[in-house]
Amino acid sequence: MLQVAEVADSPGGWEPFLPGIIILLPLLGFVVNGGLALSAARKSSNAVRAGHEFDFFEGTTATTHRLPTWVGPGVMLAAFMLTLVNFVGMLGAELHEPIIRSYWTWISTGDLEVAVAIQLDQLSMIMMMIITGVGFLIHVFSVGYMRDDPGYPRYFAYLNLFVFFMLVLVMAANYAIMFVGWEGVGLCSYLLIGYWFSDKEKASAGKKAFIVNRIGDLGFLLAIFLLFLVFQSLDYQEVFRQAPDVFVYGGPVVTTVALLFLVAATGKSAQIPLFVWLPDAMAGPTPVSALIHAATMVTAGVYLVARSSLLFAMSPLGSAAVAGIGVLTALFAATIALKQNDIKKVLAYSTVSQLGYMFLGVGVGAYTAGVFHLMTHAFFKALLFLGAGAVIHSVHHALHRTHKDCDAQDMRNMGGLRAHMPITWITMWLATLAISGIWPFAGFFSKDEIIWMTGAMAGAENAPYSGLYTIYWILALATAMLTAFYMTRLMVMTFHGANRTGVKEAEHLHEAPRTMWIPLAILSALSVFGGWINVTADLRASVLGGFGLLPMSEWFHHWLEPVTEAARAVQEANLGELAHSAPFGGGEVMWGLISTSAALIIVFGTVRLFGKREVTVAAEDVQPQGFSRVLYNKWYVDEFYHRWVVDPILTTSRFLWRVVDATLIDGAVNLIGNATRLAGWVGSLFQTGQVNTYAFFLTVGVLIILSVIAL
Amino acid sequence: MADILFFIFAAVAVGGAVGVVIGRSPVASLLFMIACLASTAGIFVLLEAHFLAAVQIIVYAGAIMVLFLFVIMLLNLGHDYRRDIRGGLAMLVGFGVTGAMGGLLARQLTDGGRALATNLGPGDAIDAALLEYGAVGVIAQPLFTEYLVPFELTGILLLVAIVGAIVLSKKAS
Amino acid sequence: MLVESLVLGGLIFAIGTLGVIVRRNVIIMFLCIELQLNAVNLTFVALSRYHGIEGQLFVFFVMTVAAAEAAVGLAIIISIFRHYQTVNVNHFNLLKW
Repeated sequence: MLQVAEVADSPGGWEPFLPGIIILLPLLGFVVNGGLALSAARKSSNAVRAGHEFDFFEGTTATTHRLPTWVGPGVMLAAFMLTLVNFVGMLGAELHEPIIRSYWTWISTGDLEVAVAIQLDQLSMIMMMIITGVGFLIHVFSVGYMRDDPGYPRYFAYLNLFVFFMLVLVMAANYAIMFVGWEGVGLCSYLLIGYWFSDKEKASAGKKAFIVNRIGDLGFLLAIFLLFLVFQSLDYQEVFRQAPDVFVYGGPVVTTVALLFLVAATGKSAQIPLFVWLPDAMAGPTPVSALIHAATMVTAGVYLVARSSLLFAMSPLGSAAVAGIGVLTALFAATIALKQNDIKKVLAYSTVSQLGYMFLGVGVGAYTAGVFHLMTHAFFKALLFLGAGAVIHSVHHALHRTHKDCDAQDMRNMGGLRAHMPITWITMWLATLAISGIWPFAGFFSKDEIIWMTGAMAGAENAPYSGLYTIYWILALATAMLTAFYMTRLMVMTFHGANRTGVKEAEHLHEAPRTMWIPLAILSALSVFGGWINVTADLRASVLGGFGLLPMSEWFHHWLEPVTEAARAVQEANLGELAHSAPFGGGEVMWGLISTSAALIIVFGTVRLFGKREVTVAAEDVQPQGFSRVLYNKWYVDEFYHRWVVDPILTTSRFLWRVVDATLIDGAVNLIGNATRLAGWVGSLFQTGQVNTYAFFLTVGVLIILSVIAL
Repeated sequence: MADILFFIFAAVAVGGAVGVVIGRSPVASLLFMIACLASTAGIFVLLEAHFLAAVQIIVYAGAIMVLFLFVIMLLNLGHDYRRDIRGGLAMLVGFGVTGAMGGLLARQLTDGGRALATNLGPGDAIDAALLEYGAVGVIAQPLFTEYLVPFELTGILLLVAIVGAIVLSKKAS
Repeated sequence: MLVESLVLGGLIFAIGTLGVIVRRNVIIMFLCIELQLNAVNLTFVALSRYHGIEGQLFVFFVMTVAAAEAAVGLAIIISIFRHYQTVNVNHFNLLKW
């Protein structure tokens, strides 16, 4: 067992139970599954060398397919259990300071001391619960989903590795270790997006994700360089302890750090301008999209801002930027989702949009609200993705059976699936209601709180950019309406109406197997009731809280208070009190009622509207015209980037390759070689084989020596 | 008197040397060589190396040159009367280089010789020995006492040379 | 007489070198080498008047060695002639690159 070098005193007398094991369990899963994958691969390549045709299944045996089923989800369950034990322990412990376990010193040069250390506090515990819990459910789902895939052990290996890195990210006690996790999840995202790498497009999607992430990583690195310059340390405790004294409120340094962290967060959490990789990332298997691109990895950016809440609170410009980018992205992505036909693309843009909401939350200083939305979003978005996965699985199966060639992910090829997949239908509707922000589902409370806090910030006493925040508030409301609309559209096109898959195919459409629908059910329960742990007193007392009768509480807010209190203090000191009413009047309850009613109306209206509309099958459909076309083509962002960023880089690279490398550098090296050969040829002229010549050169030598002596 | 003789001998020596280099046939070169050797022997006499002068004529001009002549006749050379001398550029460059070398040598030797002459006084280092032992004895005496070992070694060298010459020139049978 | 002898020796040496460089007949080249040896002998003898009898002794040895060398050298030339049927040094160019 690793020696624990440093143990911070556990206030409240609670000892965490084997926290290091929580991280190591997924790593163990990776090693075992990876070994199985390698042995399968070796068998395949041996078979090919022996002359067999290449067959993906050649190397698979019962072991390589049975063992990962138990190892993959198994380590996740064990990790979740351990996390649960620690969570329960922490619940009763009334922790005010984080517990830090330091294992060994990683870097020790000059002033830089980086220890491999984990930090257990309320924020990291919540994240761990989400990661291991939702992660476990998705692992179970994957057992059913990836059953027929020849790379089965490799899939679980990568998935476990991802969970390992994500845990490292959230449990780190300093920015350096967090960066290790940050990069690691980027790597795993690449590995999993490009999981079916033999398809060039899918591999390119993986590359795109990694490269765009990398741009964000640069921001992260620069930020921690700056932090080190100022604090000579990267430990959270050190930085946050000294920050209020060292940094000037709103000063240039802290603003720079905040903006650089924002760059990093936009890369990882797919905000403007670095969101372009997330829609392409749908090339990966659907459970991967659920885990990485809905519940966990993309939330790393939000976690970063929440963790560095003190720094962001000290920089009003940075916070406003975070909020602004968040709400802009939310609106932008929602508009694109309106016109997409691929079910996963709609969900991808929905994720980008909801991440925008989280950014808005942490940007206006409502760190608890942002993390709360992170949690509820993990529930209903994972549910939506897994449900979509079940749908795709079923449709793909049906198309495969009848050998029909069309896109299994295109909603225009679906329709009327509610008769064939009732459980999926119900659970996905619950998730849709949640994401649309309809009472009493989880999304209502989290989204509502964010919008409310934005409005409160707009009316704060010394609010720096109050007009700006008012605009944010309006945009957030508008986006909520759009969200309800496009999600309902998705549900109607997929499950309602007449079936467009085909008469023969419809026979083969079936409900998902147990391993797939049980996680759906669990997640739907969480989507329904998961929001009831963070309801403010005002709401609880009103009709929205059942007049105090429903079992709601504000537990979550109090739970995260020790983590956010430093930032909250700074905010109160500088911004004064926040407003108690929204920008155009009205309290929290009133606006809550308005938003949920509006969303409900939109949902009903869309069901009626779309239910009546005829949807053409994908093969016969035409491209939309006018403004719809712009939305359908994603506002041409990819084309813009391609023209103004990618192509110039490629041209420069080509120039550097052809001119600088091949001609200049290779030419210089070849020149040296040729010069040597030339010198050799000149030297060879002296070897005539004639004695006379040799005597001549002797004489010349004598002459030279004589000259040196005599002259 | 000695000076005049010296210059006559010197002229003949140089002429002979030049003749060796530009002689038309091998035999002509050889004969010029003999002339050069002979005049050198004369200079030896003037420099009071009487024994060596004799040895020069007997051994060098008499034996070695005759050997050269035998070989020339053996190989049946000398009938062509074609010049086998390099012409043109080779001659010019060679002349230039050797001329420069000769000039430098001459200058150095002049300076060195004058310095030597002033430093070491009159050239009479061997006069006493000459008077005591005579012309032959002045060489023989150190040769058989002090320098006996090199003398014997030279004998062995000659033996080796004889054997080598015979072995090398045997016809392969 | 010393300086004149020395200069004469140097001159004959230079002429001998020229001969080695310029002539194509290998026997005449050898002869020119003998010229060079002769010039050196002259130098030794001229200097022995000032440095002692060792100069003349050395000349004695030089002559002996020259004789031995001439014998062996000419034997070599004969065997070369047997192979190449010429003594033109242009044809002996196995050392050419």
